[in-house]
Amino acid sequence: MAKLDSKAPTGPIKEQWTKHKNDIQLVNPANKRNIDIIVIGTGLAGGSAAASLAEMGYNVKAFAYQDSPRRAHSIAAQGGINASKNYQNDGDSNYRLFYDTVKGGDYRSRESNVYRLAEVSGNIIDQCVAQGVPFARDYGGLLDNRSFGGVLVSRTFYAKGQTGQQLLLGAYSAMNRQIAKGKIQMYNRHEMLELVIVDGKARGIIARNLITGEIERHSAHAVVIGSGGYGNVFYLSTNAMGSNVTAAWRAHKKGAYFANPCYTQIHPTCIPRSGDHQSKLTLMSESLRNDGRIWVPKSMEDVEAIRSGKKKPIDLSEEERDYYLERRYPAFGNLVPRDVASRAAKERCDAGYGVNATGEAVFLDFKSAIQRYGKEKALVDGVHNPSPEKIIEFGAGVIKDKYGNLFQMYNKIVDTDPYTTPMMIYPAVHYTMGGLWVDYNLMTTIPGCYCIGEANFSDHGANRLGASALMQGLADGYFVLPYTIGDYLADEIRTGVIPTDSPAFDEAEKSVKDRLEKLMSINGSRSVDTFHKELGKYMWNLAGMARNEAGLKEAMVNIKKLREEFWQDVRIPGDLNSMNTELEKATRVADMLELGELFAKDALERRESCGGHFREESVEQDGPQKGEALRDDVNFKFVSAWEYKGEPGDAVLHKEELEFKDIELKTRSYK
Amino acid sequence: MSEKRDMDLTLKIWRQKDAKSAGKLETFQVKNISPDSSFLEMMDVLNEDLVAQNQEPVAFDHDCREGICGTCSLHIQGEAHGPDRAVTTCQLHMRKFKHGETIHIEPWRAKAFPVIKDLIVDRSAFDRIQQAGGFVSIPTSGNTQDANAIPIPKDDADTAFDSATCIGCGACVASCKNASAMLFVAAKVSQFALLPQGKVEAKRRVLHMVKQMDEEGFGNCTNTGACEVECPKEISLENIARMNREYLNASIK
Ligand SMILES: Cc1cc2nc3c(=O)[nH]c(=O)nc-3n(C[C@H](O)[C@H](O)[C@H](O)COP(=O)(O)OP(=O)(O)OC[C@H]3O[C@@H](n4cnc5c(N)ncnc54)[C@H](O)[C@@H]3O)c2cc1C
Ligand code: SF4
Ligand code: FES
Repeated sequence: MAKLDSKAPTGPIKEQWTKHKNDIQLVNPANKRNIDIIVIGTGLAGGSAAASLAEMGYNVKAFAYQDSPRRAHSIAAQGGINASKNYQNDGDSNYRLFYDTVKGGDYRSRESNVYRLAEVSGNIIDQCVAQGVPFARDYGGLLDNRSFGGVLVSRTFYAKGQTGQQLLLGAYSAMNRQIAKGKIQMYNRHEMLELVIVDGKARGIIARNLITGEIERHSAHAVVIGSGGYGNVFYLSTNAMGSNVTAAWRAHKKGAYFANPCYTQIHPTCIPRSGDHQSKLTLMSESLRNDGRIWVPKSMEDVEAIRSGKKKPIDLSEEERDYYLERRYPAFGNLVPRDVASRAAKERCDAGYGVNATGEAVFLDFKSAIQRYGKEKALVDGVHNPSPEKIIEFGAGVIKDKYGNLFQMYNKIVDTDPYTTPMMIYPAVHYTMGGLWVDYNLMTTIPGCYCIGEANFSDHGANRLGASALMQGLADGYFVLPYTIGDYLADEIRTGVIPTDSPAFDEAEKSVKDRLEKLMSINGSRSVDTFHKELGKYMWNLAGMARNEAGLKEAMVNIKKLREEFWQDVRIPGDLNSMNTELEKATRVADMLELGELFAKDALERRESCGGHFREESVEQDGPQKGEALRDDVNFKFVSAWEYKGEPGDAVLHKEELEFKDIELKTRSYK
Repeated sequence: MSEKRDMDLTLKIWRQKDAKSAGKLETFQVKNISPDSSFLEMMDVLNEDLVAQNQEPVAFDHDCREGICGTCSLHIQGEAHGPDRAVTTCQLHMRKFKHGETIHIEPWRAKAFPVIKDLIVDRSAFDRIQQAGGFVSIPTSGNTQDANAIPIPKDDADTAFDSATCIGCGACVASCKNASAMLFVAAKVSQFALLPQGKVEAKRRVLHMVKQMDEEGFGNCTNTGACEVECPKEISLENIARMNREYLNASIK
């Protein structure tokens, strides 16, 4: 099997990308017309890649399971996109963005990739503005920036709380231009169910037309996977209902190594679960932690009184509240990084202090901020001796300007008014740093199969900083892949059209049809959702925010058993050969039931705590950091890349050792 | 949290096997629906019941379930996205309904949005309108000028943003007695018309998009304003006025 060669360039980090671009092969424009590329996914990564590749002259076939490219889940991103423009003149630079990203990722990412990301970030903003993306601006007409967690500069560009939407509509419009020219053929409501390998190279896919149920063959000289994250392996997450791992998992089973599957980001500020009917969780942007204070009651009686409705949170005095982040992390307080804030909320709720009926909620309180802003505004407006009511009115106005749309969203879902009573929040699965292993060219271990965006593992290490996923998706699609793919395709100019009537296509199609027929014929007693929910329960309880050896072993056993039961007892009504939404769910859940086991195995193997992965056995024993996550750079400074061997639990581990030449390894401290 | 108790409801839902078959309303009962669940979570409960009875679940479109992807598209009690304002179907909550109520659920109705199955319709006409001109023709090479080279007045940027928040759900078409797509098309035309980057191709854009809209079989706009009322993103009628000016301007010369 292929040795893991990252193909990371040598030489000074600042010159690597330029040098690499000069060294790789190019495809002449006339030959690009003879080359076909399949792109799975039309999110920020897939959409920008499809548009760029088509514009360069390749023939692109793009696939999405939604009814339009514009609906990929990138649309839901709220907060913003980072770029080292240094428009605020606050000392930002490519190096600083590079440094923050590597440190934020707890030193588990590849330096050369991250530096390149920082290097192209500025261009993304230029590109998007030229496309007509309406970023927020200041009164001088220039672009505005906000700050995000874990950094000391203001480098986040945004479009209110809808940044992902505006960026995706930009990529979608670039795609539309190419669709109109016939350079992109768009396949909406199509789901890739298999990767086709011919003579060791990725040469096409088998897809299901979700309207007619037809199984289709599509060939190409290269296949690009931009299918997004797999947070839905937890059932409840901030991902879209359809988000899934199938495209990446199918490639994995055909030889692509899966890297760091256990690295998951659990976001601290989401709206808590309200009951068993819950189908998904909604994010409340990280920016709220700038003004909200997080607390639970100090005494158990108050917790119970609040749960039963005998007391309201506003009845509790300051002394009766435990602002546990401020207590534990006086230096960073409510602004500790996402992983730390999430674990602290879990710790309080596990101890019994959760404030809602499910026991899984803490308060995010804007009272202090409303008071502070209210007094400030009164002074500015020249109102002397304002009444307490006036202060609150002023303060609430300021908060509304900053977070109005989030407060409205909260109010619609929970039916309480966050201006007068604290919000309830709880951590939720949000992003997966793990994904298909790729080299510096973004190629997986299968020649000709590339992976971009959240679906690959690159750039974020063990923890992603806010506003960096959008940056990575667009960097991969607009500015990296279009260059690096040429190096491979330059050798394909004489290949000619890839036929779809080869034995490899026959076999791939047959395996898909057999799998679907098998699913339809089981006719068991349980719906797909019951399996998905049970999988989510194992993942959350045993492989969630905190993990230990016994729990992870139990997870592997339980998930394997559940998978076996699924293949014997799932019930899927309806037809194979027409639209069947239950069957769509079933193919996705079937693959998640495999991924879940590998996820637990990866977490088990990594006997250190780093970033989003917290192993209970690996904590600081004494000193000021006592009880905090303990990273182990001696034994675990590598990327885990798993090779499929017939069963998820039998996967073989390959290590890509990480080298840190431009950044010194340090312990993260927030005390 | 809602103080209301769980609800039992009667649902009258449009069922249609595929584009070619005729459809009809069918009646279902659901029990113990939490007022805190969303409308689509209520539909999940119904579908779980149907699977348990070995019947085919009701097909409906949805994905993000947080009001931004524009996929969900139900006509509830005679209103696109149901009785609440400024929300999509996925953001509508059951506390807006009463125990014992009968709820009618139908797909978007418009010639240009044929039914695919049950409550799912084909909105690809919207994509084709965008392909006709809903873009700025610049390469994706990144070799453009610096993002701050052209300052844009904050008011223009904010208004362009408001237009750009259209999620392409089609509720405007479904609410209009003429099944007109004017609000949707106008939102895109406005976004670009307000920005210097979009001005270069403004004339061509509006002419091409309107032509495609007509070819897709959407009806004419007679200014009834129903679209604005049901639009989950509160896209305003001013966009239509702006598009009419753009169109006139482009047609004269
Ligand atoms: C609520 C929320 C808020 C966020 N906010 C931010 C933020 O403020 N800043 C930030 O930087 N990041 C944010 N993120 C993260 C960021 O949005 C995502 O990581 C990023 O958009 C992923 O883009 P993508 O192109 O990789 O995948 P997606 O946008 O998820 O696209 C996946 C595509 O693949 C297609 N697909 C999947 N499987 C198949 C298949 N088998 N066959 C065919 N097609 C398939 C889908 O149809 C879709 O088109 C947020 C994420 C969420 C969930
Ligand atoms: S204008 Fe409003 S109703 Fe029409 S598609 Fe856009 S968001 Fe939906
Ligand atoms: S499901 Fe995305 S807007 Fe309703």
